[in-house]
Amino acid sequence: MKFKCENCDREATVHLTEIADGQKVERHLCEECAAAEGITIKAQLPISQLLEELVLQSAAGKELSELRCDVCGITFLEFRQNGLLGCPNDYQAFEDVLVPLLERAHEGATVHAGKVPSNAADKERRQNELLQLRGQLKEAVAGEDYELAARIRDRIKDLEGL
Amino acid sequence: MNLADLTRRLAEWLKGTGPLSNVVVSSRVRLARNLAGMPFLSRCSSSQQREIAEQLRGMLVKTPLPGEMLYVDVENADPLDRLILVERHLISRQHADATGPRGVAVAGGESVAVMVNEEDHLRVQVLRGGLQLDSCYSEIRRLDELLEERLSFAFSSRFGYLTACPTNVGTALRVSVMLHLPALKMTGQIEKALRAARDMHLAVRGLYGEGTEAVGDLFQVSNQATLGKAEEQIVHEFKEQIVPGIIEYERRAREALLKNRRVALADKVHRALATLSAARLISSEETMYLLSHVRLGLSLGIADGVSAETINELSLLAQPGHLQVLHDKPGMAPAERGEARANLVRRKLGSLKPEAE
Repeated sequence: MKFKCENCDREATVHLTEIADGQKVERHLCEECAAAEGITIKAQLPISQLLEELVLQSAAGKELSELRCDVCGITFLEFRQNGLLGCPNDYQAFEDVLVPLLERAHEGATVHAGKVPSNAADKERRQNELLQLRGQLKEAVAGEDYELAARIRDRIKDLEGL
Repeated sequence: MNLADLTRRLAEWLKGTGPLSNVVVSSRVRLARNLAGMPFLSRCSSSQQREIAEQLRGMLVKTPLPGEMLYVDVENADPLDRLILVERHLISRQHADATGPRGVAVAGGESVAVMVNEEDHLRVQVLRGGLQLDSCYSEIRRLDELLEERLSFAFSSRFGYLTACPTNVGTALRVSVMLHLPALKMTGQIEKALRAARDMHLAVRGLYGEGTEAVGDLFQVSNQATLGKAEEQIVHEFKEQIVPGIIEYERRAREALLKNRRVALADKVHRALATLSAARLISSEETMYLLSHVRLGLSLGIADGVSAETINELSLLAQPGHLQVLHDKPGMAPAERGEARANLVRRKLGSLKPEAE
């Protein structure tokens, strides 16, 4: 059975039973009216919406669809679909598109101003190398080149141990 | 310690004693971290995800987390155990419902929870009762340093700590409070207050996080921006500029109710208590709804004889998962739960003598 929202003409999607002064009252509201009464809470600015706006604003929508991260292989379109990045390198690979999105999501900020891990510069270099090695390892295993895979694994172990 | 032990004790933050606990039920701080040189979870192969889960589990059991530590393998936990973890705010619904190798480390009387392989490789949270954001933050900072001695996290000097979702990047720090706002709700000002909160770049969610309802007039408010500010500044602004404003709003609404609708308010509170003390069948929604009135009555001195601790305990034990574990009856039907819940409530409120059961 479908209900209309009791406050407006939209379809009611929120149904609840309230107890007011000992009386059971059934209520049917649409999402907007339920949020207005504080019954449900609308998530605001979900990442999907941010991304949608971004793509609409961007005249270069076509070019965006060709963006792809070399390290993890995710395309910008895949990111747009589920709102999640594939690897740390995506922040570089999609930088041009991400910066305006970060601006919207973080009150205009696009640069980190917080805590820095000790020996950060060193770590940054090492982590990029690790990412690339893991990509190569996947390929080596897929290509059944186990000798190469073993060498890459050793190198990964060395780097991780640092 | 195992999961059943958890359900038999009361988490530290539920004691109902923290500062300003008549409005602020709890404070929570969380950090997201990802391992350097590893893809984020959506691009991990299943063997990589397993590798991460095992590495992080091995590391966590060796890390000196505060108090007793329990590691739960969420992938292989049965659905009821996962539900218990969600109801206790130790994992998110998403983490409970996901697939693949993942887990959670719980420590410090449930004040610390570290989720492994949720949206990010690591999600560390510190939870305390009342308004205690500073102590939550200093604890999480200490934990972060402990972890950083053992792991290398994905970090860029420009964007900070790198997270799977760009809305968390930078400090990857989320600061939140669980607020009890019954007077704003009763006086119809809640949406105005929440809209004001949103204008201050806050996120508002229900009791169990994203997309959940505000059961029992409980609202979770948190910061949105994680980039461009230092951690201390995020905590400070949230604590000094944002939370006091909302508390003040609620306090004024409570005063207005006391002044203008005193009898109607007392009627609501005492009817709630009477229903809870007399019901033989009760749903968790109704329990939460009535407990909210009793909690309000307590804070205004209208009702007595019940402690905030009992109210917190009941709000937890009345949830479907806890009720089933308490009665050692997984798969208990909702109707049966209604009866068990009503008995539990009456026993805790003292209107059901043990021998009458």
